Amino acid sequence: MTLVATAPQRTRDASADVRAGLHPALTRFALALAGLAVLLGLWWIGTDILPPEGSFARKFSPGTAIPTLGSLLIGSDLPVHILVSLKRVLVGLLLALAIGVPVGLAVGSWSKLNEATSPAFQFLRMISPLSWMPLAVMVFGVGDPPIYFLLAFAAVWPILLNTADAVRKLDPSWLRLSQSLAATRWETLRTIIVPGVLSHILTGLRLAIGVIWIVLVPCEMLGVSAGLGYFILDTRDRLAYSELMAVVLLIGFLGFLLDMSARALYQLAAPGSRQPRVS
Amino acid sequence: MLANDAVLAAKGIGLRYPGQSANLLSDFDLLLRRGEIVSLLGPSGVGKSSLLRVLAGLQQSIDGVVTINQNPVQGVHPRVAIAFQDPSLLPWLTLEKNVAFGLDFKHQPKLSAAERRARVDVAINEVGLSHARSLYPSALSGGMAQRTALARCLARKPEILLLDEPFGALDEVTRSEMQQLLLKIVRDFDTAALLITHDIDEALLVSDRIVLLGGGPAREVGHWTIELPKPREDYVAELGALRVEVLTTLRRAMARRH
Ligand SMILES: Nc1ncnc2c1ncn2[C@@H]1O[C@H](COP(=O)(O)OP(=O)(O)OP(=O)(O)O)[C@@H](O)[C@H]1O
Ligand SMILES: [Mg+2]
Repeated sequence: MTLVATAPQRTRDASADVRAGLHPALTRFALALAGLAVLLGLWWIGTDILPPEGSFARKFSPGTAIPTLGSLLIGSDLPVHILVSLKRVLVGLLLALAIGVPVGLAVGSWSKLNEATSPAFQFLRMISPLSWMPLAVMVFGVGDPPIYFLLAFAAVWPILLNTADAVRKLDPSWLRLSQSLAATRWETLRTIIVPGVLSHILTGLRLAIGVIWIVLVPCEMLGVSAGLGYFILDTRDRLAYSELMAVVLLIGFLGFLLDMSARALYQLAAPGSRQPRVS
Repeated sequence: MLANDAVLAAKGIGLRYPGQSANLLSDFDLLLRRGEIVSLLGPSGVGKSSLLRVLAGLQQSIDGVVTINQNPVQGVHPRVAIAFQDPSLLPWLTLEKNVAFGLDFKHQPKLSAAERRARVDVAINEVGLSHARSLYPSALSGGMAQRTALARCLARKPEILLLDEPFGALDEVTRSEMQQLLLKIVRDFDTAALLITHDIDEALLVSDRIVLLGGGPAREVGHWTIELPKPREDYVAELGALRVEVLTTLRRAMARRH
């Protein structure tokens, strides 16, 4: 995963699909469904077909996991765990934004600062946030604070680096345009710099959401008594394997929803920009 | 030629950047009248873009005065519009919003919202993009983007259009469409236009006059007033002869620089 989105790619020529008589969005949707169906099929083969009757793997079957998920969502405190996890994600993201955006703006506009901080940032960024876990617990105690710290630490890099990159990439011709329209400093800031940087910050935010969601679950396996990570360990301890698989499924699904809403936010706040490739 | 029928007049312009030993440009005069297109030709680096920035009030010259309607320019004049090779559209705004961009800025003439809308409509119609007004720049072709940039100029009802190689990055067919559009704009809006170009044929096709910059420090080394009817596609022979003259002068000027 690169942290800085590369130059936007030209969207694929959709005319081929149109010529084939299919609406391009429909084609995409059908392909996505087919991919998910294959995934489900593989899961099923791996748990219900290949393993012999009565094998341990059969406990992880989608045939039990999916109904279990339904009953957990209605008849247990799983929704509370979901809310706790989402709240942590939100706090972590807000902290990361609060630190990443101003620092990114500073680093992006002042090249000396960039040169001074860039190796340090790269160094810190490459340390898995999880390796700070014992330290974070020692410093912040048990409970939510160390989790907030770890999540913010994981999410701050994509936001910071994309913000800095955005400032550097501000098109000089836009500034020339505002100059030729006799714009005041404030008008230039409001109509060119802020919107010009915004789409990159949102790209950073979307990457950050992805990172945070991955780091969240292991973070919640330590010293807390609520959240999806905690719930997974709990199901293991209770030997409730169908519940375990149900939560794994749920984590994937929620992550998918989070990414989709980040995408929607991007489209809403930065119209006209082609969706940058996040790979 | 009388100075007082000119919209824009430049007299004795001298240009030099800090650290340069000699003037880049010296003693340059120019008159630009309403409804007229003047092309500025000259070798690369001779100072054409710098001169345009001075005329636009974006940059100070070391010598000379520029007046617009007999008033010395101070900063960017609200009735001067500038376009460059790069259309510099803002990717987060629709075509329509790009055209309206800057109309509500503090130093622009005050317009009501309805007036602004009317100006934008007229400008977009003029460049023939009414069907694309809600598109974003990423969906526009190079020619459409440059049309949008021209519409953004027109929305300000310019008296003077300053164009720095506006069609330089376009393909042959699109470029010739844009040249016809420029002629139409100057006619419909009765503006004066200064066109910097590297393309002699383009200059011959659209201009009323061609001014050639050259020598070092650059000054005017050639000056043609073209009195063929427009468009001029039928006057191939006359244009051919003019073309040779322009080229010869340009070559001579460049030889003197070395
Ligand atoms: N801001 C500046 N500071 C210092 N020197 C400059 C500056 N802008 C331009 N120059 C120099 O002035 C000279 C003329 O530049 P200018 O861009 O005006 O030329 P031009 O005639 O427009 O060339 P081209 O046809 O390549 O666009 C060049 O040698 C350039 O390096
Ligand atoms: Mg130039």
